Amino acid sequence: MQLFPCPFCGLRDEREFLFLAEAGKVRPDTTQNISDEDWARYLHAIRNDKGAVREVWMHLTCGEVFVLERDSVTMEVVRAIPLRKEVA
Amino acid sequence: MTRYSGWRLFREGLRGHKGWPQAWRTHKLKPAYDVVIIGGGGHGLATAYYLAKNHGITNVAVIEKGWLGGGNTGRNTTVIRSNYFYPESADLYDMSVRLYEGLSKDLNYNIMFSQRGMIVTAHSEPEMEMAARQVNAMRLNGVDAEFLDADQVKRAEPALNTRHDMRYPIHGGVLQPRAGTGRHDAVAWGFARAADRLGVDIIQNCEVTGILTEAGRCVGVVTSQGEVRAGVVGATAAGHSSTIAKMAGFELPIESYALQAFVSEPLKPVLNTVVLCPPFGTYVSQSDKGGLVIGGGLDRVPSYGQRGNLPMQEAVLSGLAEMMPALAKVKLLRHWAGIVDVTPDSSPIIGPSGVDGLYVNCGWGTGGFKAIPVGGYLLAHVMATGGHHDVSRPFDLSRFITGRLVDESAASGIAH
Repeated sequence: MQLFPCPFCGLRDEREFLFLAEAGKVRPDTTQNISDEDWARYLHAIRNDKGAVREVWMHLTCGEVFVLERDSVTMEVVRAIPLRKEVA
Repeated sequence: MTRYSGWRLFREGLRGHKGWPQAWRTHKLKPAYDVVIIGGGGHGLATAYYLAKNHGITNVAVIEKGWLGGGNTGRNTTVIRSNYFYPESADLYDMSVRLYEGLSKDLNYNIMFSQRGMIVTAHSEPEMEMAARQVNAMRLNGVDAEFLDADQVKRAEPALNTRHDMRYPIHGGVLQPRAGTGRHDAVAWGFARAADRLGVDIIQNCEVTGILTEAGRCVGVVTSQGEVRAGVVGATAAGHSSTIAKMAGFELPIESYALQAFVSEPLKPVLNTVVLCPPFGTYVSQSDKGGLVIGGGLDRVPSYGQRGNLPMQEAVLSGLAEMMPALAKVKLLRHWAGIVDVTPDSSPIIGPSGVDGLYVNCGWGTGGFKAIPVGGYLLAHVMATGGHHDVSRPFDLSRFITGRLVDESAASGIAH
């Protein structure tokens, strides 16, 4: 099995991880009037890039949600970026 | 062009099979066509065939980056069925089964469609109620379906584990008698040969690298062999549809995943039908050569890597061992993956892409092979007439804006 990096736990079995979504989508400002097209684009349009991708993943066993950079062809994992803010 | 027939086979048998002509011609890419199809898999070749046959449009090129049927058309588990829940899906997939029923004759190419039936098992009393609902829905939609109890399932498929103390004991199931399997390569080759005979140019080893647009309209494609202009362009690129969309400057509601399949060493006949056991996430049939053709669910990770991997292999094969313990020690011959195009509602997208002059046929996800004739038929209709066929209208891309999804993922009890 492939090992995926969790920012909290380190390298773990890939089956412990869950793909959630592509990273970088911004929810439209719902206090304003949004067109059906814009809302559909937010809900459904996907870049689905071949090659380098940035995605939001969860490590199911510890609950950590983070950004994973990887290659969607070679399946090589580049790095995991935590979304937690460090407590000062 | 030589017609294939029993007489012809007999004659060639006596002559040492030296008189068979090439099944389709080899063409150089011309600078312009009326229609260019991106992707020479089943759907692309079928689109070209039906454009020529139904609409008289023969100045068509099918452009394939690899070899014909080398993508998902050659990587699936060859199951053909129409056991769907919603009327829109039933119309679509049953039209495909009906086209498949006449396809060998239509194409003059034996696609070996074997209507051996498909059983989807139910493993609890609530699942039996859902199975009855499925049977009723299918019959209301005009699709053949039979509701089986545990004894009938056991008689139909004796290799299944029907013990009461298994993890998910079999209570019964749904049988679609007209479902079955076909020869996937023959479907690609048959459509290619028939389209070629009607005048279509098939260009292999030619990759589309860009979409030509003028004033917002798609007017052709850029390929590894130069530019080609076209009246209209159709994209039938399955798992790579998002890549084509990106070239044209839009995004599709599609995520690409690897879907794996397995084939075992040849065995004597052990299976009669195609069997799917949903709780194990595994389905299996036996090919004419005797190999078990085994499939399961999608991989867990979005991917363009056309190869198998271990986590899903373990899940699918352990499911098979639970379904049919007698087959647990069967050895695998091959193991592979294709890249499938999954939509949010597990239904396909057929019709205009939003870019003028560019049409798409994609989003079939895990079920593209069974839909090859209908996908080609409907895309040809939309491209030739500029308007939807009644069967393809619900599957227009605009459903993601209107919200009128055909949500088969939740309703049909399919494995994915």
